Amino acid sequence: MEGTLNLVGFGLAAIGPGIATGLIFAAYINGVARQPEARNVLQPIAFLGFALAEALALFGLVLAFVL
Amino acid sequence: MFRSYAATEGVKDEGFNPPDAGDFNLPPFIDGNTFATKPILLAFFSVTLISIFFILASRKSALVPSKLQFAGESIYGFVRNDLGRDVIGHEFMRFVPYLFTLFTFILVNNIFGIIPLIQFPTMSRVSFPYVLAAITFFVFHYIGVRRHGIIAYLKGIMFIPGVPKPAYILITPLELATYFIVRPMTLSLRLFANMFAGHLLLLVFILGGEHLLSGVIGLKVVSPFSFVVAIALTFFEFMVQCLQAYIFTLLTALYITGALADEH
Repeated sequence: MEGTLNLVGFGLAAIGPGIATGLIFAAYINGVARQPEARNVLQPIAFLGFALAEALALFGLVLAFVL
Repeated sequence: MFRSYAATEGVKDEGFNPPDAGDFNLPPFIDGNTFATKPILLAFFSVTLISIFFILASRKSALVPSKLQFAGESIYGFVRNDLGRDVIGHEFMRFVPYLFTLFTFILVNNIFGIIPLIQFPTMSRVSFPYVLAAITFFVFHYIGVRRHGIIAYLKGIMFIPGVPKPAYILITPLELATYFIVRPMTLSLRLFANMFAGHLLLLVFILGGEHLLSGVIGLKVVSPFSFVVAIALTFFEFMVQCLQAYIFTLLTALYITGALADEH
């Protein structure tokens, strides 16, 4: 089995977006738990934030293959 | 189907060869005809499938809907209400056809990734997301220019009101890069990388399980666990695929809203 340091680097780079995604959904769950009728307002916002945080991790993945 | 590329390469040695980006380069069906590859055919197949489904679902519209009509109308209603009306606002009906086409096309092409015998997400070839993101890019800029005129539109992007004058040195380049480089790049790469990574993940567990089967007896016992994880990940992939179709359409709707807004 072989690999490059890129893969270790990607593993490290994925920590940040991982934490970010956790925080975003924690806030979303908190919001819905406190005010269930706000769910429809919060859902697009939560997924938007999730998409933005996740994009960073995926750039790392692409770069891990490209570099 | 997975092995086709590896077989033509002839680089396999004794140990386990983990799947890599090369596994996505499927050879063309007809030698020398680079157009007739699996992703292209899947894209055409998906268009046919979507057309037939929605024509059948809307052909006999009745006050009391049939099951088919109900299914078609639920998907349409979801895009129109949750992505169009709730995000764009009162002018949403103009954009619903585009959003709906985008959503169904991406959704069906993504789900191809887990359908047995097809099992290849079209969007894991980067050119498809590029084209979709380019269309969205032109649509929202065109709408913005039509609404405000080109000078007012660019001014709205570059000079956000209510910022101290010296800060424009920093903010203007950042805003320009956001609108013209970052948005189309993130939109396409997000979809591509999700499908690519998901397919690779499934390949690792399925090919790994297959390789363990060819090992000694101790390894053969572990092999089923690899397949069980692969099945579980397939369901996870289904969720990701639906989510990515939703997010792509949601972001398109948000960009259109931004272009329509009076103050950026």
